[in-house]
Amino acid sequence: MTELPLIGEAVAVAAEPRLAGARIGVVTFPGTLDDRDAARAVRLAGGTAVELWHADTELGDVDAVVIPGGFSYGDYLRAGAIARFAPLMSKIIDAANSEAKLPVLGICNGFQILTESHLLPGSMIKNDHLKFMCRDQVLRVENSNTAWTLDYQAGQEITVPLKNQDGQYIADEKTLDALEAEGRVVFRYVGFNPNGSRRDIAGISNAAGNVVGLMPHPEHAVEAGFGPESLDGIGGSDTDGLGFFTSVLTKIVGGDK
Amino acid sequence: MPRIVVDVMPKPEILDPQGKAIVGALPRLGFTSFSSVRQGKRFELTVDGEVTEDILAQARDAAKTLLSNPVIEDVVNVEVVEA
Repeated sequence: MTELPLIGEAVAVAAEPRLAGARIGVVTFPGTLDDRDAARAVRLAGGTAVELWHADTELGDVDAVVIPGGFSYGDYLRAGAIARFAPLMSKIIDAANSEAKLPVLGICNGFQILTESHLLPGSMIKNDHLKFMCRDQVLRVENSNTAWTLDYQAGQEITVPLKNQDGQYIADEKTLDALEAEGRVVFRYVGFNPNGSRRDIAGISNAAGNVVGLMPHPEHAVEAGFGPESLDGIGGSDTDGLGFFTSVLTKIVGGDK
Repeated sequence: MPRIVVDVMPKPEILDPQGKAIVGALPRLGFTSFSSVRQGKRFELTVDGEVTEDILAQARDAAKTLLSNPVIEDVVNVEVVEA
């Protein structure tokens, strides 16, 4: 896939040749929607995107994995429930839990798959208002030490699109308290809680910080002219989501913060 | 063919948004006697042949691992129904 520039000056960060050696796998399940955008975000950040198929039995030579959004298996049974048992997922689960701590990012349906896989605690249920919601959403980066948030500042507010129906994050109080105490609430909704998520949680990480999941879509906010704009007064920029992808590339090539 | 029926319900402490929507719609149709609705799932697993203890145990295992998510749901019933 080399269809990169759609508009002028799309390649903002791809100047560093050493980053191109970093290979980020992007998983496609039947029903995945955002794999192309996720792969494009990887390339715009300067990395190499590697297509992965749910039925693959080997992860291959990838340095990180993005599980994109969509409706894997039509959201049948529960969102993410069937995808969790795809052959490739067991490889991803093993790699994420291994010594090497493979960085894994789950976006939207990808986040749901990560909770169903028990890589992340809690679960998502229907939005409290029962409607599908699509909007530009302000998030606060609460933890800038994960593999996917190194390029942000703690407390930084970013704006990325949000679009989901089953986005209400829930967990029992004990789990929520532990997440807060361990700094594993990585993103929180700011100004408006779009789905009734407990404690305004938009995204969390595992204890090691290599696995991150969130409901909003950073991969849709990676190039000027196509992301959320500041016209409606909510602030942020079109490219606030790019930091996820530059963060993991920085992590892979060893440039610690 | 015998079937194993598995019933899964949202945990009591978890607000069930779908049930809430249904209880809101009932009075509009004149059904005013119901103060609460909770929506669950029923699975029917067909078995070719006899349901042995081992097969029933497999069904219970499947109910816990795939058919329900223990974070948000309880398996409230697993039973054999003869066709």
